[in-house]
Amino acid sequence: MKLTMTVLQFLEDTGNLSRFTARYFAIGFRKPFETRELFRQCYNIGYKSFTLVSLTSLIIGLVLTMQLRPSLVKYGVESRLPIMVGIAIIREIGPVVAALIFAGKIASSIGAELGSMKVTEQIDAMEVSGTNPFKYLVATRVLACTIMLPILIVMADAIALVGAFIGINIQGVTSLRLFFSEIFNSLELTDILPSYIKTYFFGFVIGIVGAYKGYNAVKGTRGVGNAANSAVVLASVLIFIIDLLAVQITEILGLN
Amino acid sequence: MENSLTGSINLTEGRKAVIIIENLSKQFGNHKVLVNLNLTVFEEENVVILGKSGCGKSVLIKCIIGLIKPQRGHIFVTGTDITSIKYDKMDQMRTKIGFLFQSNAIYDSMTVRENLEFPLRRNRVNISQDQINKLVCEALENVGLLHTIDMMPSELSGGMLKRIALARIIILKPKIILYDEPTSGLDPVTAAEIENLILELKKKYHTTSIIISHDMNCVKKTADRVILLLDGSCYAAGTYADFQNSNDINIKQFFQ
Ligand SMILES: Nc1ncnc2c1ncn2[C@@H]1O[C@H](COP(=O)(O)OP(=O)(O)O)[C@@H](O)[C@H]1O
Ligand SMILES: [Mg+2]
Repeated sequence: MKLTMTVLQFLEDTGNLSRFTARYFAIGFRKPFETRELFRQCYNIGYKSFTLVSLTSLIIGLVLTMQLRPSLVKYGVESRLPIMVGIAIIREIGPVVAALIFAGKIASSIGAELGSMKVTEQIDAMEVSGTNPFKYLVATRVLACTIMLPILIVMADAIALVGAFIGINIQGVTSLRLFFSEIFNSLELTDILPSYIKTYFFGFVIGIVGAYKGYNAVKGTRGVGNAANSAVVLASVLIFIIDLLAVQITEILGLN
Repeated sequence: MENSLTGSINLTEGRKAVIIIENLSKQFGNHKVLVNLNLTVFEEENVVILGKSGCGKSVLIKCIIGLIKPQRGHIFVTGTDITSIKYDKMDQMRTKIGFLFQSNAIYDSMTVRENLEFPLRRNRVNISQDQINKLVCEALENVGLLHTIDMMPSELSGGMLKRIALARIIILKPKIILYDEPTSGLDPVTAAEIENLILELKKKYHTTSIIISHDMNCVKKTADRVILLLDGSCYAAGTYADFQNSNDINIKQFFQ
Protein backbone atom coordinates (compact mmCIF):
# COMPACT_ATOMS: atom_id res chain seq x y z
CA MET A 1 0.00 0.00 0.00
CA LYS A 2 2.72 2.39 1.03
CA LEU A 3 4.80 1.25 -1.92
CA THR A 4 2.02 1.91 -4.43
CA MET A 5 1.58 5.36 -2.94
CA THR A 6 5.28 6.07 -3.33
CA VAL A 7 5.31 4.80 -6.90
CA LEU A 8 2.22 6.81 -7.80
CA GLN A 9 3.71 9.89 -6.22
CA PHE A 10 6.94 9.38 -8.15
CA LEU A 11 5.04 9.02 -11.42
CA GLU A 12 3.00 12.11 -10.74
CA ASP A 13 6.16 14.00 -9.87
CA THR A 14 7.79 12.87 -13.10
CA GLY A 15 4.75 13.91 -15.12
CA ASN A 16 4.68 17.36 -13.56
CA LEU A 17 8.42 17.74 -13.99
CA SER A 18 8.09 16.88 -17.69
CA ARG A 19 5.42 19.52 -18.08
CA PHE A 20 7.62 22.02 -16.27
CA THR A 21 10.49 21.12 -18.60
CA ALA A 22 8.26 21.53 -21.65
CA ARG A 23 7.31 24.97 -20.37
CA TYR A 24 10.99 25.83 -20.06
CA PHE A 25 11.60 25.03 -23.71
CA ALA A 26 8.39 26.74 -24.79
CA ILE A 27 8.97 30.11 -23.13
CA GLY A 28 12.49 30.08 -21.73
CA PHE A 29 14.05 31.24 -24.98
CA ARG A 30 11.48 33.81 -26.01
CA LYS A 31 12.55 37.42 -26.32
CA PRO A 32 13.33 39.60 -24.49
CA PHE A 33 16.18 37.65 -22.90
CA GLU A 34 16.99 38.25 -19.28
CA THR A 35 20.68 38.59 -20.06
CA ARG A 36 21.66 40.56 -16.95
CA GLU A 37 20.01 38.11 -14.62
CA LEU A 38 21.58 35.20 -16.54
CA PHE A 39 25.10 36.56 -16.04
CA ARG A 40 24.38 37.24 -12.39
CA GLN A 41 23.19 33.66 -11.90
CA CYS A 42 26.18 32.18 -13.79
CA TYR A 43 28.54 34.12 -11.56
CA ASN A 44 26.61 33.20 -8.41
CA ILE A 45 26.33 29.54 -9.21
CA GLY A 46 29.93 29.16 -10.30
CA TYR A 47 31.27 31.12 -7.39
CA LYS A 48 29.15 29.29 -4.82
CA SER A 49 30.23 25.82 -5.84
CA PHE A 50 33.81 26.31 -7.05
CA THR A 51 35.59 25.81 -3.73
CA LEU A 52 33.58 22.79 -2.69
CA VAL A 53 33.86 21.08 -6.07
CA SER A 54 37.63 21.75 -6.18
CA LEU A 55 38.23 20.40 -2.72
CA THR A 56 36.25 17.21 -3.22
CA SER A 57 37.84 16.60 -6.62
CA LEU A 58 41.34 16.99 -5.22
CA ILE A 59 40.61 14.50 -2.47
CA ILE A 60 38.91 12.01 -4.80
CA GLY A 61 41.91 12.09 -7.16
CA LEU A 62 44.29 11.52 -4.29
CA VAL A 63 42.31 8.77 -2.62
CA LEU A 64 41.54 6.94 -5.83
CA THR A 65 45.24 6.75 -6.66
CA MET A 66 46.17 5.47 -3.25
CA GLN A 67 43.43 2.86 -3.35
CA LEU A 68 44.34 1.60 -6.80
CA ARG A 69 48.05 1.30 -6.25
CA PRO A 70 48.15 -1.96 -4.18
CA SER A 71 46.15 -3.90 -6.78
CA LEU A 72 48.31 -2.66 -9.61
CA VAL A 73 51.47 -3.48 -7.67
CA LYS A 74 50.14 -6.99 -7.12
CA TYR A 75 49.82 -7.56 -10.87
CA GLY A 76 53.06 -5.78 -11.59
CA VAL A 77 51.51 -3.00 -13.62
CA GLU A 78 52.19 -0.12 -11.26
CA SER A 79 53.49 1.90 -14.17
CA ARG A 80 49.94 2.00 -15.61
CA LEU A 81 48.68 3.85 -12.53
CA PRO A 82 48.50 7.33 -14.12
CA ILE A 83 46.54 6.03 -17.11
CA MET A 84 44.11 4.03 -14.98
CA VAL A 85 43.45 6.97 -12.70
CA GLY A 86 43.25 9.41 -15.57
CA ILE A 87 40.65 7.39 -17.40
CA ALA A 88 38.62 6.71 -14.28
CA ILE A 89 38.57 10.38 -13.41
CA ILE A 90 37.80 11.77 -16.84
CA ARG A 91 35.25 9.20 -17.90
CA GLU A 92 33.32 8.73 -14.71
CA ILE A 93 34.46 9.83 -11.28
CA GLY A 94 35.19 13.48 -12.04
CA PRO A 95 31.89 14.35 -13.71
CA VAL A 96 29.69 12.32 -11.36
CA VAL A 97 31.28 13.46 -8.11
CA ALA A 98 31.29 17.09 -9.20
CA ALA A 99 27.68 16.83 -10.37
CA LEU A 100 26.58 15.30 -7.07
CA ILE A 101 28.33 17.99 -5.08
CA PHE A 102 26.86 20.61 -7.40
CA ALA A 103 23.41 19.07 -6.92
CA GLY A 104 23.79 19.22 -3.15
CA LYS A 105 24.87 22.82 -3.25
CA ILE A 106 22.93 24.35 -6.14
CA ALA A 107 19.72 22.31 -6.53
CA SER A 108 19.03 22.86 -2.85
CA SER A 109 19.80 26.55 -2.97
CA ILE A 110 17.62 27.10 -6.04
CA GLY A 111 14.86 25.02 -4.44
CA ALA A 112 15.04 26.98 -1.20
CA GLU A 113 15.33 30.38 -2.86
CA LEU A 114 12.45 29.93 -5.29
CA GLY A 115 10.47 28.09 -2.61
CA SER A 116 10.67 30.96 -0.19
CA MET A 117 9.93 33.44 -2.97
CA LYS A 118 6.88 31.40 -3.82
CA VAL A 119 5.48 31.16 -0.30
CA THR A 120 6.09 34.84 0.47
CA GLU A 121 4.29 35.78 -2.78
CA GLN A 122 7.43 37.35 -4.30
CA ILE A 123 6.85 35.34 -7.47
CA ASP A 124 3.31 36.71 -7.73
CA ALA A 125 4.66 40.20 -7.06
CA MET A 126 7.02 39.80 -10.00
CA GLU A 127 4.21 38.70 -12.21
CA VAL A 128 2.06 41.71 -11.37
CA SER A 129 4.92 44.10 -12.00
CA GLY A 130 5.14 43.11 -15.63
CA THR A 131 7.83 40.45 -15.42
CA ASN A 132 7.37 36.86 -16.43
CA PRO A 133 8.70 35.14 -13.31
CA PHE A 134 9.21 31.87 -15.14
CA LYS A 135 11.58 33.53 -17.58
CA TYR A 136 13.22 35.78 -15.03
CA LEU A 137 13.71 33.24 -12.24
CA VAL A 138 13.50 29.75 -13.72
CA ALA A 139 14.88 30.07 -17.23
CA THR A 140 17.93 32.06 -16.14
CA ARG A 141 18.84 29.64 -13.37
CA VAL A 142 18.38 26.52 -15.46
CA LEU A 143 20.47 27.95 -18.29
CA ALA A 144 23.12 29.14 -15.84
CA CYS A 145 23.42 25.61 -14.41
CA THR A 146 23.63 24.12 -17.90
CA ILE A 147 26.43 26.52 -18.82
CA MET A 148 28.37 26.45 -15.57
CA LEU A 149 28.44 22.77 -14.63
CA PRO A 150 30.46 21.64 -17.69
CA ILE A 151 32.99 24.41 -17.02
CA LEU A 152 33.21 23.41 -13.37
CA ILE A 153 33.62 19.78 -14.32
CA VAL A 154 36.53 20.48 -16.66
CA MET A 155 38.19 22.31 -13.78
CA ALA A 156 37.24 19.55 -11.37
CA ASP A 157 38.81 16.92 -13.66
CA ALA A 158 42.02 18.92 -13.83
CA ILE A 159 42.12 19.34 -10.06
CA ALA A 160 41.36 15.64 -9.51
CA LEU A 161 44.29 14.79 -11.78
CA VAL A 162 46.50 17.06 -9.69
CA GLY A 163 45.23 15.13 -6.67
CA ALA A 164 46.19 11.91 -8.42
CA PHE A 165 49.62 13.31 -9.14
CA ILE A 166 50.07 14.06 -5.46
CA GLY A 167 48.86 10.53 -4.65
CA ILE A 168 51.47 9.04 -6.95
CA ASN A 169 54.21 11.16 -5.47
CA ILE A 170 53.48 9.98 -1.97
CA GLN A 171 55.17 6.71 -2.90
CA GLY A 172 57.52 6.88 -5.81
CA VAL A 173 58.28 9.93 -7.91
CA THR A 174 57.14 11.18 -11.25
CA SER A 175 57.34 14.64 -12.74
CA LEU A 176 54.15 16.59 -13.38
CA ARG A 177 55.02 16.76 -17.07
CA LEU A 178 55.62 13.08 -17.40
CA PHE A 179 52.44 12.31 -15.50
CA PHE A 180 50.23 14.44 -17.69
CA SER A 181 51.87 13.45 -20.96
CA GLU A 182 51.38 9.82 -20.04
CA ILE A 183 47.70 10.40 -19.42
CA PHE A 184 47.04 12.55 -22.45
CA ASN A 185 48.93 10.28 -24.79
CA SER A 186 46.67 7.40 -23.95
CA LEU A 187 43.42 9.36 -23.85
CA GLU A 188 41.23 9.32 -26.91
CA LEU A 189 38.44 11.55 -28.04
CA THR A 190 35.98 8.80 -27.15
CA ASP A 191 37.14 9.02 -23.56
CA ILE A 192 36.55 12.73 -23.35
CA LEU A 193 33.65 13.65 -25.59
CA PRO A 194 30.81 11.45 -24.27
CA SER A 195 31.60 12.28 -20.68
CA TYR A 196 31.82 15.96 -21.53
CA ILE A 197 28.49 15.93 -23.32
CA LYS A 198 26.72 14.28 -20.43
CA THR A 199 27.79 17.09 -18.08
CA TYR A 200 25.43 19.42 -19.95
CA PHE A 201 22.58 17.08 -19.11
CA PHE A 202 23.70 16.92 -15.49
CA GLY A 203 23.70 20.72 -15.29
CA PHE A 204 20.33 21.04 -16.94
CA VAL A 205 18.72 18.44 -14.69
CA ILE A 206 20.09 20.04 -11.53
CA GLY A 207 18.75 23.44 -12.56
CA ILE A 208 15.35 22.26 -13.70
CA VAL A 209 14.75 20.02 -10.67
CA GLY A 210 15.76 22.74 -8.21
CA ALA A 211 13.55 25.27 -9.96
CA TYR A 212 10.63 22.84 -10.27
CA LYS A 213 10.68 21.94 -6.59
CA GLY A 214 11.02 25.56 -5.51
CA TYR A 215 8.39 26.85 -7.91
CA ASN A 216 5.89 24.32 -6.57
CA ALA A 217 6.71 24.70 -2.89
CA VAL A 218 3.70 24.59 -0.60
CA LYS A 219 3.00 27.19 2.05
CA GLY A 220 4.26 26.76 5.57
CA THR A 221 7.63 26.46 7.22
CA ARG A 222 8.14 22.89 6.06
CA GLY A 223 7.33 23.70 2.45
CA VAL A 224 10.61 25.46 1.75
CA GLY A 225 12.70 22.86 3.54
CA ASN A 226 10.95 20.07 1.69
CA ALA A 227 11.50 21.84 -1.63
CA ALA A 228 15.24 22.10 -1.02
CA ASN A 229 15.53 18.59 0.31
CA SER A 230 13.53 16.81 -2.36
CA ALA A 231 15.33 18.82 -5.06
CA VAL A 232 18.66 17.34 -3.99
CA VAL A 233 17.28 13.82 -3.75
CA LEU A 234 15.55 13.88 -7.13
CA ALA A 235 18.47 15.62 -8.87
CA SER A 236 20.96 13.07 -7.49
CA VAL A 237 18.85 10.11 -8.59
CA LEU A 238 18.42 11.62 -12.05
CA ILE A 239 22.19 12.16 -12.34
CA PHE A 240 22.75 8.43 -11.89
CA ILE A 241 19.99 7.61 -14.36
CA ILE A 242 21.51 9.94 -16.96
CA ASP A 243 24.91 8.39 -16.29
CA LEU A 244 23.45 4.95 -16.91
CA LEU A 245 21.73 6.08 -20.10
CA ALA A 246 24.87 7.84 -21.31
CA VAL A 247 26.98 4.71 -21.02
CA GLN A 248 24.34 2.69 -22.88
CA ILE A 249 24.12 5.25 -25.66
CA THR A 250 27.88 5.48 -26.15
CA GLU A 251 27.95 1.68 -26.21
CA ILE A 252 25.30 1.52 -28.92
CA LEU A 253 26.99 4.23 -30.95
CA GLY A 254 30.22 2.30 -30.67
CA LEU A 255 32.02 5.19 -29.01
CA ASN A 256 33.45 3.06 -26.27
CA MET B 1 -28.94 38.49 -3.55
CA GLU B 2 -27.14 41.69 -2.66
CA ASN B 3 -28.89 43.31 0.17
CA SER B 4 -28.43 47.05 0.16
CA LEU B 5 -28.75 48.09 3.75
CA THR B 6 -30.09 51.57 3.21
CA GLY B 7 -30.56 54.07 0.47
CA SER B 8 -28.15 56.45 2.14
CA ILE B 9 -25.47 56.20 -0.52
CA ASN B 10 -26.38 56.77 -4.08
CA LEU B 11 -23.87 54.76 -6.01
CA THR B 12 -24.56 55.52 -9.57
CA GLU B 13 -25.14 59.23 -9.62
CA GLY B 14 -22.70 60.80 -12.04
CA ARG B 15 -19.77 58.60 -11.14
CA LYS B 16 -17.62 56.52 -13.43
CA ALA B 17 -17.34 52.81 -12.77
CA VAL B 18 -13.67 51.74 -12.70
CA ILE B 19 -14.04 48.05 -11.88
CA ILE B 20 -17.12 46.08 -12.90
CA ILE B 21 -17.31 42.45 -11.88
CA GLU B 22 -20.08 40.38 -13.46
CA ASN B 23 -21.16 36.88 -12.44
CA LEU B 24 -17.71 35.90 -11.33
CA SER B 25 -17.29 32.25 -10.38
CA LYS B 26 -14.19 30.44 -9.27
CA GLN B 27 -13.76 26.99 -7.83
CA PHE B 28 -10.72 24.93 -6.92
CA GLY B 29 -11.57 21.31 -7.62
CA ASN B 30 -14.98 20.88 -6.07
CA HIS B 31 -14.52 23.72 -3.67
CA LYS B 32 -16.65 26.65 -4.85
CA VAL B 33 -14.97 29.82 -3.64
CA LEU B 34 -16.70 32.55 -5.64
CA VAL B 35 -20.24 32.05 -6.89
CA ASN B 36 -21.85 34.51 -9.31
CA LEU B 37 -20.28 37.50 -7.67
CA ASN B 38 -21.22 40.98 -8.86
CA LEU B 39 -19.50 44.16 -7.76
CA THR B 40 -18.96 47.63 -9.15
CA VAL B 41 -16.32 50.00 -7.84
CA PHE B 42 -16.49 53.68 -8.75
CA GLU B 43 -13.81 56.23 -9.40
CA GLU B 44 -11.94 57.46 -6.31
CA GLU B 45 -13.89 55.16 -4.05
CA ASN B 46 -12.48 53.06 -1.21
CA VAL B 47 -14.40 49.81 -1.06
CA VAL B 48 -13.69 47.59 1.92
CA ILE B 49 -14.36 43.89 1.60
CA LEU B 50 -15.25 42.18 4.81
CA GLY B 51 -15.51 38.45 5.25
CA LYS B 52 -14.42 35.48 7.30
CA SER B 53 -10.99 34.17 6.63
CA GLY B 54 -10.97 31.61 3.84
CA CYS B 55 -14.12 33.00 2.23
CA GLY B 56 -12.34 34.02 -0.96
CA LYS B 57 -11.41 37.67 -0.47
CA SER B 58 -7.86 37.21 -1.69
CA VAL B 59 -9.06 35.03 -4.55
CA LEU B 60 -11.38 37.85 -5.61
CA ILE B 61 -8.70 40.53 -5.83
CA LYS B 62 -6.21 38.11 -7.38
CA CYS B 63 -8.77 37.57 -10.13
CA ILE B 64 -8.86 41.32 -10.68
CA ILE B 65 -5.10 41.47 -11.25
CA GLY B 66 -5.09 38.28 -13.31
CA LEU B 67 -3.09 36.11 -10.91
CA ILE B 68 -6.02 33.70 -10.73
CA LYS B 69 -8.16 32.84 -13.74
CA PRO B 70 -11.88 32.59 -12.94
CA GLN B 71 -13.98 29.87 -14.57
CA ARG B 72 -16.88 32.13 -15.40
CA GLY B 73 -17.77 35.80 -15.44
CA HIS B 74 -16.18 39.04 -16.56
CA ILE B 75 -14.03 41.63 -14.90
CA PHE B 76 -13.92 45.03 -16.59
CA VAL B 77 -11.11 47.26 -15.44
CA THR B 78 -11.39 50.76 -16.91
CA GLY B 79 -13.52 49.25 -19.64
CA THR B 80 -11.26 46.35 -20.63
CA ASP B 81 -12.37 42.80 -19.91
CA ILE B 82 -9.28 41.34 -18.29
CA THR B 83 -10.62 37.78 -18.34
CA SER B 84 -10.17 37.63 -22.11
CA ILE B 85 -7.00 39.57 -22.91
CA LYS B 86 -3.55 38.35 -23.91
CA TYR B 87 -0.51 38.20 -21.71
CA ASP B 88 1.18 41.36 -23.02
CA LYS B 89 -2.06 43.37 -22.82
CA MET B 90 -2.47 42.15 -19.26
CA ASP B 91 1.00 43.47 -18.43
CA GLN B 92 -0.08 46.88 -19.69
CA MET B 93 -3.24 46.74 -17.59
CA ARG B 94 -1.23 45.77 -14.56
CA THR B 95 0.76 49.00 -14.64
CA LYS B 96 -2.53 50.72 -13.83
CA ILE B 97 -3.22 48.43 -10.87
CA GLY B 98 -1.19 48.23 -7.68
CA PHE B 99 -1.44 45.14 -5.50
CA LEU B 100 -0.36 45.18 -1.87
CA PHE B 101 0.26 41.56 -0.87
CA GLN B 102 -0.68 40.39 2.58
CA SER B 103 2.88 39.11 3.03
CA ASN B 104 4.32 42.33 1.48
CA ALA B 105 6.22 40.23 -1.06
CA ILE B 106 9.33 42.42 -0.80
CA TYR B 107 12.19 40.83 -2.80
CA ASP B 108 14.41 39.84 0.08
CA SER B 109 17.55 39.41 -2.00
CA MET B 110 17.43 43.05 -3.11
CA THR B 111 17.94 46.34 -1.27
CA VAL B 112 15.03 48.70 -0.75
CA ARG B 113 16.26 50.78 -3.69
CA GLU B 114 16.43 47.76 -6.00
CA ASN B 115 12.98 46.68 -4.88
CA LEU B 116 11.57 50.01 -5.96
CA GLU B 117 13.60 50.17 -9.16
CA PHE B 118 12.38 46.75 -10.26
CA PRO B 119 8.87 47.70 -11.46
CA LEU B 120 10.21 50.92 -13.00
CA ARG B 121 12.88 49.26 -15.10
CA ARG B 122 10.46 46.56 -16.13
CA ASN B 123 7.69 48.85 -17.27
CA ARG B 124 9.38 51.99 -18.51
CA VAL B 125 11.84 51.28 -21.25
CA ASN B 126 14.16 54.23 -21.95
CA ILE B 127 13.88 55.68 -18.46
CA SER B 128 17.13 57.34 -17.37
CA GLN B 129 18.98 56.57 -14.15
CA ASP B 130 18.38 60.13 -12.94
CA GLN B 131 14.65 59.79 -13.41
CA ILE B 132 14.71 56.43 -11.64
CA ASN B 133 16.55 57.88 -8.66
CA LYS B 134 14.14 60.79 -8.46
CA LEU B 135 11.06 58.57 -8.56
CA VAL B 136 12.49 56.13 -6.01
CA CYS B 137 13.25 58.95 -3.57
CA GLU B 138 9.85 60.51 -4.12
CA ALA B 139 8.05 57.23 -3.46
CA LEU B 140 10.07 56.58 -0.32
CA GLU B 141 9.45 60.11 0.94
CA ASN B 142 5.73 59.53 0.50
CA VAL B 143 5.89 56.68 3.00
CA GLY B 144 8.43 58.45 5.23
CA LEU B 145 11.22 55.92 4.77
CA LEU B 146 13.82 57.69 2.64
CA HIS B 147 16.55 56.80 5.15
CA THR B 148 16.10 53.07 4.52
CA ILE B 149 16.94 53.34 0.82
CA ASP B 150 20.14 51.30 0.95
CA MET B 151 19.04 48.81 3.60
CA MET B 152 18.16 45.16 3.09
CA PRO B 153 14.56 44.08 3.82
CA SER B 154 15.79 41.81 6.63
CA GLU B 155 16.84 44.92 8.57
CA LEU B 156 13.33 46.40 8.58
CA SER B 157 10.29 45.89 10.81
CA GLY B 158 6.94 44.55 9.64
CA GLY B 159 5.35 48.00 9.52
CA MET B 160 8.29 49.40 7.57
CA LEU B 161 8.11 46.54 5.07
CA LYS B 162 4.43 47.24 4.57
CA ARG B 163 5.26 50.86 3.81
CA ILE B 164 8.09 49.86 1.43
CA ALA B 165 5.64 47.56 -0.33
CA LEU B 166 3.27 50.52 -0.67
CA ALA B 167 6.07 52.70 -2.01
CA ARG B 168 6.89 50.03 -4.59
CA ILE B 169 3.28 50.20 -5.74
CA ILE B 170 2.85 53.96 -5.92
CA ILE B 171 6.07 54.40 -7.86
CA LEU B 172 4.12 53.47 -11.00
CA LYS B 173 1.28 55.86 -10.05
CA PRO B 174 -1.48 53.28 -10.46
CA LYS B 175 -5.08 54.39 -10.85
CA ILE B 176 -6.29 51.43 -8.81
CA ILE B 177 -4.80 49.89 -5.66
CA LEU B 178 -5.85 46.53 -4.23
CA TYR B 179 -4.90 46.06 -0.58
CA ASP B 180 -4.87 42.53 0.85
CA GLU B 181 -5.28 42.88 4.61
CA PRO B 182 -2.99 45.91 4.89
CA THR B 183 -3.12 46.12 8.69
CA SER B 184 -3.21 42.48 9.72
CA GLY B 185 -0.35 41.48 11.99
CA LEU B 186 0.54 45.08 12.85
CA ASP B 187 0.28 46.78 16.22
CA PRO B 188 -2.54 49.39 16.51
CA VAL B 189 -0.19 52.37 16.19
CA THR B 190 1.50 51.08 13.05
CA ALA B 191 -1.86 49.98 11.69
CA ALA B 192 -3.15 53.54 12.13
CA GLU B 193 -0.13 54.84 10.22
CA ILE B 194 -0.89 52.52 7.32
CA GLU B 195 -4.55 53.58 7.35
CA ASN B 196 -3.47 57.23 7.18
CA LEU B 197 -1.19 56.42 4.28
CA ILE B 198 -4.04 54.77 2.41
CA LEU B 199 -6.12 57.91 2.83
CA GLU B 200 -3.23 60.20 1.88
CA LEU B 201 -2.50 58.24 -1.26
CA LYS B 202 -6.10 58.43 -2.29
CA LYS B 203 -6.11 62.20 -1.86
CA LYS B 204 -2.78 62.71 -3.61
CA TYR B 205 -3.11 60.35 -6.56
CA HIS B 206 -6.92 60.06 -6.79
CA THR B 207 -6.79 56.30 -6.66
CA THR B 208 -9.65 53.87 -6.57
CA SER B 209 -9.12 51.14 -3.97
CA ILE B 210 -10.38 47.80 -2.83
CA ILE B 211 -9.27 47.07 0.72
CA ILE B 212 -9.62 43.68 2.37
CA SER B 213 -9.80 43.86 6.13
CA HIS B 214 -11.19 42.33 9.30
CA ASP B 215 -9.88 45.15 11.40
CA MET B 216 -12.93 47.29 12.24
CA ASN B 217 -10.77 50.35 13.03
CA CYS B 218 -9.34 50.13 9.56
CA VAL B 219 -12.77 49.63 8.04
CA LYS B 220 -14.19 52.59 9.91
CA LYS B 221 -11.38 54.88 8.88
CA THR B 222 -10.86 53.93 5.26
CA ALA B 223 -14.19 52.73 3.91
CA ASP B 224 -16.47 54.77 1.68
CA ARG B 225 -18.47 51.61 1.20
CA VAL B 226 -18.33 48.21 2.88
CA ILE B 227 -19.15 44.90 1.19
CA LEU B 228 -19.69 41.70 3.11
CA LEU B 229 -18.59 38.59 1.26
CA LEU B 230 -20.47 35.47 2.27
CA ASP B 231 -20.77 32.10 0.56
CA GLY B 232 -18.90 33.37 -2.45
CA SER B 233 -20.94 36.43 -3.29
CA CYS B 234 -21.75 39.89 -1.97
CA TYR B 235 -24.12 39.46 0.93
CA ALA B 236 -24.52 43.08 1.93
CA ALA B 237 -23.31 46.54 1.01
CA GLY B 238 -23.47 49.85 2.82
CA THR B 239 -21.53 52.46 4.75
CA TYR B 240 -19.71 51.66 7.96
CA ALA B 241 -22.56 53.23 9.93
CA ASP B 242 -25.09 51.09 8.09
CA PHE B 243 -23.17 48.00 9.08
CA GLN B 244 -22.78 49.14 12.65
CA ASN B 245 -26.50 49.67 13.03
CA SER B 246 -27.50 46.49 11.25
CA ASN B 247 -29.36 43.73 13.03
CA ASP B 248 -28.28 41.09 10.56
CA ILE B 249 -26.66 38.21 12.40
CA ASN B 250 -23.96 37.75 9.79
CA ILE B 251 -22.97 41.40 10.04
CA LYS B 252 -23.12 41.70 13.82
CA GLN B 253 -20.46 38.99 14.16
CA PHE B 254 -17.85 41.44 12.95
CA PHE B 255 -18.61 43.98 15.66
CA GLN B 256 -18.00 41.74 18.65
N1 LIG C 1 -4.37 28.26 -5.45
C1 LIG C 1 -5.33 27.67 -4.74
N2 LIG C 1 -5.58 26.35 -4.89
C2 LIG C 1 -6.56 25.75 -4.19
N3 LIG C 1 -7.34 26.37 -3.31
C3 LIG C 1 -7.14 27.68 -3.10
C4 LIG C 1 -6.13 28.41 -3.80
N4 LIG C 1 -6.17 29.70 -3.41
C5 LIG C 1 -7.16 29.76 -2.50
N5 LIG C 1 -7.75 28.57 -2.31
C6 LIG C 1 -8.87 28.29 -1.42
O1 LIG C 1 -9.82 29.29 -1.61
C7 LIG C 1 -10.39 29.68 -0.38
C8 LIG C 1 -10.34 31.17 -0.24
O2 LIG C 1 -9.00 31.58 -0.06
P1 LIG C 1 -8.61 33.09 0.19
O3 LIG C 1 -9.22 33.94 -0.86
O4 LIG C 1 -7.13 33.13 0.30
O5 LIG C 1 -9.26 33.41 1.59
P2 LIG C 1 -9.31 34.80 2.35
O6 LIG C 1 -10.72 35.27 2.25
O7 LIG C 1 -8.95 34.51 3.76
O8 LIG C 1 -8.34 35.72 1.69
C9 LIG C 1 -9.64 28.94 0.70
O9 LIG C 1 -10.45 27.91 1.18
C10 LIG C 1 -8.44 28.38 0.02
O10 LIG C 1 -8.13 27.11 0.54
MG1 LIG D 1 -6.50 36.39 2.20
